[in-house]
Amino acid sequence: MAEEVKKKKPVDTNSAKYKLGKIAGDAYADAIELKKQGVPIAWVASNFPVEIPETLGIATVYPENQAAGIAARGAGERMCVEAESDGYSNDICAYARVSLAYAKLKSCPEQDVAMPDVLLCCNNICNCMIKWYENLSQELNIPMIMLDIPFNPDYEVSDAEVEYVAAQFWDAVRQLEDLFGLKWDEKKAAKTTEYSCRSSKAWLAATGTARYTPNPFNGFDLLNHMAVMVTARGKQEAAEAMELLNKEYEENHKEGKSTFRGEEKYRVMFEGIACWPYLRATSKGLKDRGINMVTTIYADAFGFDYDNFEEMIKRYCSVPNAICLEKARDKRIKLCKDYGVEGLLVHTNRSCKLWSGFMYEMSRQIGEACDIPVVSFDGDQADPRNFSEAQYDTRVQGLMEIMGQKKMMAL
Amino acid sequence: MYTLGIDIGSTTSKCVLLKDGSEIIAKSLRVGGLGTKGPDSSVNDIWESEEVKKAGITKKDLDRAIVTGYGRRNYEGGDGEVSELTCHALGARFVFDGLRTVIDIGGQDAKIIRLSEDGRMTNFVMNDKCAAGTGRFLDVMANILTVDVDDFTKIAEESTDASPISSTCTVFAESEVISQLANGAKMPDLIKGICSSVASRVAGLARRVGVQEVCCMSGGVAKNGAVRKALEEELKVNIAFDPLAQHFGAIGAALWAYNEHMRKSKSANK
Repeated sequence: MAEEVKKKKPVDTNSAKYKLGKIAGDAYADAIELKKQGVPIAWVASNFPVEIPETLGIATVYPENQAAGIAARGAGERMCVEAESDGYSNDICAYARVSLAYAKLKSCPEQDVAMPDVLLCCNNICNCMIKWYENLSQELNIPMIMLDIPFNPDYEVSDAEVEYVAAQFWDAVRQLEDLFGLKWDEKKAAKTTEYSCRSSKAWLAATGTARYTPNPFNGFDLLNHMAVMVTARGKQEAAEAMELLNKEYEENHKEGKSTFRGEEKYRVMFEGIACWPYLRATSKGLKDRGINMVTTIYADAFGFDYDNFEEMIKRYCSVPNAICLEKARDKRIKLCKDYGVEGLLVHTNRSCKLWSGFMYEMSRQIGEACDIPVVSFDGDQADPRNFSEAQYDTRVQGLMEIMGQKKMMAL
Repeated sequence: MYTLGIDIGSTTSKCVLLKDGSEIIAKSLRVGGLGTKGPDSSVNDIWESEEVKKAGITKKDLDRAIVTGYGRRNYEGGDGEVSELTCHALGARFVFDGLRTVIDIGGQDAKIIRLSEDGRMTNFVMNDKCAAGTGRFLDVMANILTVDVDDFTKIAEESTDASPISSTCTVFAESEVISQLANGAKMPDLIKGICSSVASRVAGLARRVGVQEVCCMSGGVAKNGAVRKALEEELKVNIAFDPLAQHFGAIGAALWAYNEHMRKSKSANK
């Protein structure tokens, strides 16, 4: 019998998938090239206002994104162990460990980046970020600029908080101008804002096509595409690619197509950062059972849409890890209800104590409010030593069986 | 109609042969779970059992077999696989009327399963990656105390003042038990403290999903009266026990096989 040869699908260079992949990949190569040309390089926290470095013409590298890439390509443990051998505890965020190891080695074939001239830190994602960047600053002997956006225990962002963060925003601009002899250009800022908002609008519209059943996309696609929202949302090509993505998803819906292969039997929300070292295993465990992860707050977190400066500051004060439990819960409940979610799969991410610590109570409240089963599994965003595929599999199967029984009862 | 449930756990393999979804014809249990000869031996034990021979049943009479437990996906002797969560819920409900909560403590995990009034699994929580609060924790402690884990219940009854074990980590708890032994702690007090430690950890999990009576224990640790008693005290509920507790998963799998076979027969006859 002739051996079946699986033909590789030709790459469609006009597709959003290709364009987004290229933007994300080029961002690293471009920064390395710009470094050679003497352009200042900043290592930037993922929820730092991209408007600042983009307007000033500072090339950016996002260590969180780099660490995710390194972990997804199988080098997470090697880099974590490197940091641990320098005395960093294995209880510290694995992104931090990977990044600190990279700062020391200055090389990792799984994802090399340009070395920084400045660090742009923002703690709206977590406070571990501060110590991580302080250590980078010491190790690399470069300045660190800190934007303090504290955790907000109130439901709304107060005027005082806007004022506090806005003042820091302009202070960061001044510091960078002084450090590198750059000048803030209002026209360029307006362009950056325009692209960032276009990217964000299109991204949120694309993720919003989850309102259709079946979903026009496999939710795991979002985890790849969001790299562009993290690293390049203020660029024209990002805005255009995101608009194309949204168009493709809308077309998929009209044509009854989806990037989710197979029948979509169940729809779940995935909570937490992806388990990058086991992306294939976590994705396959769902896909094989006809479970589509249709939404995740993690993806929407990088959509920053606003109409004016004050609104922009408010957006940065309202990223998922900076808001109180009630607001975070309500956002997720809305996603679940809008997108017909039937179950919640929670990644208890050992790297992220803030996010995972919250989730025990929050997921209970979401489960009750939406009348959906909630299942959690242990894992890590970059350290592969915290995940068991067998444990994951049992939990996902249990979740599927509950959703299946509920469906049967409803018939 | 005959259906077989095969539960391949991390430390033991269990089988139950069911007649018409209502009568247990034979059961078996072998030490050795996934990756050992345990599963095959356990299945063979069923066919070699006196009950099966007496009833004149052979493998040809078997209508369907379902595999559950951690080894469910790698065992080829079944017609399908179902998670142990669903099977423990089904199996326990087979034994206890009106059951609403199952506390299953197995070799490497602990799970609390909530059932609806009509007996469907509606939610569950499981232990995290840590082995504390599972049968493995008890095995490790029994090993350092050179006591058979099956004797824990009897020995703990003699305790007058349980020695608290504060470490949740199995390895740290092991060191703690060794130091307490060195400091002259009495064996019954230590064993009661160890059982309470498991109960305390599992109770924390149980509270997350909510415990409603009728509540029962399943899995190998269910046989441990000291853990059961400590859990009752922690959760302030009665915890029902049946000697079949370790076979609930296999019973559930056999029931699932029965229901599935009935469904398929009905649709074939339409």
